[in-house]
Amino acid sequence: MSAQADSTGAAGRWWRHVVVGVGVLPLLLAIALVTFSLLSPHFLTGQNLLNVARQSTFLAMVAMGQMLALLTGGFDLSVGKTLAITSVVGALAMASASAAWPNATGLAIAVGMLAGVGAGTLVGIVNGIGVALFDVSPFMMTLGTASISFGIALTLTSGVPVYGMPDTFGNIFGFGQFLDVPTPVYATALLYVILYFVLSWTPMGRYFYAIGGNVKASILSGINTRLHLFMAYVLCGLMAAIAGILLTARLETGEANIGASMPLDSIAACVIGGVSLRGGVGRLGSVVLGAVFIGLIQNGMDLARIESYLQEVVIGVLLILAVIADQLRHRLLLRLKD
Amino acid sequence: MPSQAAGSEIASAAEDAAEAAPLLQAVALSKHFPGVVALDAVDFDLRAGEVHVLFGENGAGKSTLIQTLAGVHWPTGGAIRFRGEPVELESVHHARLLGISAVFQEFSLVPQLTVEENLFLGAEITRRGVLDKRELHRRSQAILDRLGFPLNPRQRVQYLSRAEQQMTEIAKAFRADPAVLILDEPTASLTERETDRLFSLIEQIKRQGVGIVYISHRMNENRRIGDRITVLRDGRRVATLPMSEADDERLLQLMTGRVITQIFPKIRHAPGAELLALEGVKTANKIVNGVSLTVRRGEIVGLAGLVGCGKSEVGRACFGLEALASGRIRFDGAEVTGAKPGQMLDRGLFYLPPDRREEGLVMVRNVRENIALIGLARPPLARLGILDRAAERRMARSLTERLNLQPRNTERDVQYFSGGNQQKVMLAKGLVRGIKLFIFDEPTVGVDVGTRVAIYEFIRDLCEDGAGVLLISSDLPEILHLTHRTYVMYRGAVHKELRGAEITQDAVLAHFFERVAA
Repeated sequence: MSAQADSTGAAGRWWRHVVVGVGVLPLLLAIALVTFSLLSPHFLTGQNLLNVARQSTFLAMVAMGQMLALLTGGFDLSVGKTLAITSVVGALAMASASAAWPNATGLAIAVGMLAGVGAGTLVGIVNGIGVALFDVSPFMMTLGTASISFGIALTLTSGVPVYGMPDTFGNIFGFGQFLDVPTPVYATALLYVILYFVLSWTPMGRYFYAIGGNVKASILSGINTRLHLFMAYVLCGLMAAIAGILLTARLETGEANIGASMPLDSIAACVIGGVSLRGGVGRLGSVVLGAVFIGLIQNGMDLARIESYLQEVVIGVLLILAVIADQLRHRLLLRLKD
Repeated sequence: MPSQAAGSEIASAAEDAAEAAPLLQAVALSKHFPGVVALDAVDFDLRAGEVHVLFGENGAGKSTLIQTLAGVHWPTGGAIRFRGEPVELESVHHARLLGISAVFQEFSLVPQLTVEENLFLGAEITRRGVLDKRELHRRSQAILDRLGFPLNPRQRVQYLSRAEQQMTEIAKAFRADPAVLILDEPTASLTERETDRLFSLIEQIKRQGVGIVYISHRMNENRRIGDRITVLRDGRRVATLPMSEADDERLLQLMTGRVITQIFPKIRHAPGAELLALEGVKTANKIVNGVSLTVRRGEIVGLAGLVGCGKSEVGRACFGLEALASGRIRFDGAEVTGAKPGQMLDRGLFYLPPDRREEGLVMVRNVRENIALIGLARPPLARLGILDRAAERRMARSLTERLNLQPRNTERDVQYFSGGNQQKVMLAKGLVRGIKLFIFDEPTVGVDVGTRVAIYEFIRDLCEDGAGVLLISSDLPEILHLTHRTYVMYRGAVHKELRGAEITQDAVLAHFFERVAA
C-alpha cells in the first residue's frame, strides 16, 4: 500500500487533485477533440464547431433543467416527453390561431409558444406536486408523467406530425441567425445567464444545493424544503418546454416522437459535468460543457460515418463510464479526507 | 492477575484459574479518527463467565472500544486477543463467526423483513440451495422461547415497538451460541419484567462460560449483574476494579476525575423575562408525556435524564420538529404551538441538533454556505431576493474568527473539518439571526476537551448577553457546572426541578435512576 503510494509520487497526487477538483470532463473533451480531428479533416473547422454548438443547444437547455432536479437529490425522467407535449400542443395552438387570424402572424406565434411552454411546464408542476407534496419518489413520479404526456401527445395528433404553423415561426426561432450565430444558441446563452443568476445569487438557488446535500439540516435552518423541491421540478419542466418549442421551430412541425433520448442524454451531460447523483454538488457551466461534449461526440461520429444505431451504444457506454468515474472520485474524496 | 475472584461461583474454579489467558483481551488498543483520539492505548480483559461493566461519560470511548472489539472498526494501534490468540477482526460478521456477538444501541435490523428473517439474515438455513422456511421458523421460535421474549417471529420488524426491536436485536446475538456477548444499553427501552428476564438469561449464559461486556448508565443494573467494572475517560482506561469495591462516589470521581474547575466557566445568573414556557406538552409519538417547564432570559436551564427519557424530544418539540398530541408552547409572549422551524427561527429560537452529520450540516458544501443558510433570505445576506455575497463572506469570516475555527478556511467543505470544528460551524449558525433562546441538544458530543471549553465559554457569553439557554445533556458534569436550574426527566416526564445549589451529583443522579424514584 505505502510502496504503491510512493511510486505514484507527486505526479499521482497532483493527478488525483485534478480529478477530484475539476472532474473528468476536461480530460474527456481533450480526448474527443484529438480523436475526431484525426478521424475527419472537417471536424476542426469553424463551420462544423458552430454546427456542434447549434446541435447541442436543445440538450444544453434540458440538461440545465435536469441539473436542478439532480441538485435536490432527485431527477426528472419526463424531460423527453415534456419536449413532445410542448411541441404538439404548441404546434396545434399555433396552427389554429394562425388559421383563425391569418393577418396576425405575430399573435398566432405568441399564442402557440405560450400554449406549448405552458403545457410543458405543467408536466413539471405535476412532477413537483408529486415529489414535494406527496413524497412520491422522483423515479416513479417522472416516469408516470412521461407516460401521461406521451399518451396525450399521441392522442392529440394520432401520431401524425402537426403542420400549419406560420413560416415566420421557423424562420425566426428555428433557422434565424444574427452575426452568423443561430437563434437557439442565443436562447441557450440567455437561459444560462438567468439560471446562473438564480443558482449563485438568489436564496432559492442556494437552497437547491442545501436540500440535496442534507434535507434535514435544511429544515432545521428554517428552509421551506417542499416549496423549493417543487420549484426545482417546475423550473426543470420549464427549461425542457423552452427546448421543446425551439426544437419545434427547427423542425417546422409539431412532433410527438421527439426527445426520446433526452432523459438519458441530459442526465449523462450533468454527470459528465460533475453533478453528483447524491445531490448537493454541481456547476452550471460544467453541465453546459457536458452537453456540448455529447453534441461533439455525436457530430464527430456522424463525420466519421459511424451509423446512428452504434452511436446509441457509444452514448450509453459514456454515461456508465461517467458514473463510474463519479463513484471513483467520491471514493478518492473519502480517502483524501483521512 | 489470575481470575480467582469469580472462583467461588464457578464449580470448576481450579480449571478456570489454570486457564491464565482471558477470553477476550485488548492490549494497548488505540483508535484514531480524523482529528479525534477515541481510544488511547486501552487495556481491557474479559474472563469467561463474568459480566464486565464498561463505565464512563459520553465520548469517553466506551462505544468505540466495543465497536472495535466487535469488528466494526479497525484499531489504529494495539492488538485484540481472543482465547489467547491474536485476531484481526475483519467485520462484524467475522467477529460473530468467531463467537463475538454485539448488540449495539443503533439497530441493525431490516425493517421490511420479519423477525425470523432478521434473526437469520446472512446465515439463512437452506436445503439444497432453497430456503428452508419451516426450519427457520422453528429455530427462531426456539431462540425467542429460550429468551422468553413474547414476539411473533413472522411479524415484520417495522411494526414492532422499540422495545420489541431491541428484543429482536438481542435475540439475533443468541442465534449462534456466542462466547463473548457485548451489550450496549440493552435495557434502555425494556420494561422491568423484560429486564428481569434478560438478567436471568445473562446469569444463565454466564454459568455456561460466556463472557459479557455490559454498558449501562444505570448504576443499579451494573451493581446487580456486574462482576468487574472498567472506567474509561477521554479514551483512556482509568481503572478496573471488582464491582464490590466500586461505590457510587468512587466511580463518579473516576468517571469525571479531570480538573473540572478549569473546564467549566463561571456563569452569572441574572434571570429576566420569561422566554419559553411549556405546559403539559405531550408529543404525538408518546415519547414526551406531560412536560411543563420555563426558560427565562439570562439563565441556563438544564434538561437531564437517561438516554431515551425524552429530553431530546422536548427540545425538538419546541422547535416544531415533533408533532404535539396535547399541551401548549409559548415563546416570547406568543402562542407558538404547532409552529414550523422557519417560524421559530423568525421569532428568535435556535435549535442545535445532537447529530452534526445527520441533520446539522450540509457536509458537501463549504463553511460559508452552511453558516449563511439559516439567514439567507433576509438582510443583511439578501436584499430584494438577491444575495449580498460580500456580506456573506464578511459574516462567515467574522463568525469563524470569533469561534476560532481551525483551519480558518470558510471555502472548505464542512466534511473535511474535525468533529470539534464542525460543531463550531453549527454554533456559528446560531449567531446569524437575532436569536433570543438557544436550545443546545448534546452540544459537546464527540468533541475534544479543548473544543468543549470553547463551547462552554460560547454558552456563557450568550447567557451573560441576555439570551436564554436550554441545555439538553447526558453529560452530568455539564449539567452540574453550567446550569442555573435543571429539570431531571424520567420516562417522558419531568421528575424534579432543581435550583442553584440543589444541583448536585447526588440530587441529579437520585432522579436519574429508579432507585429513589421507587
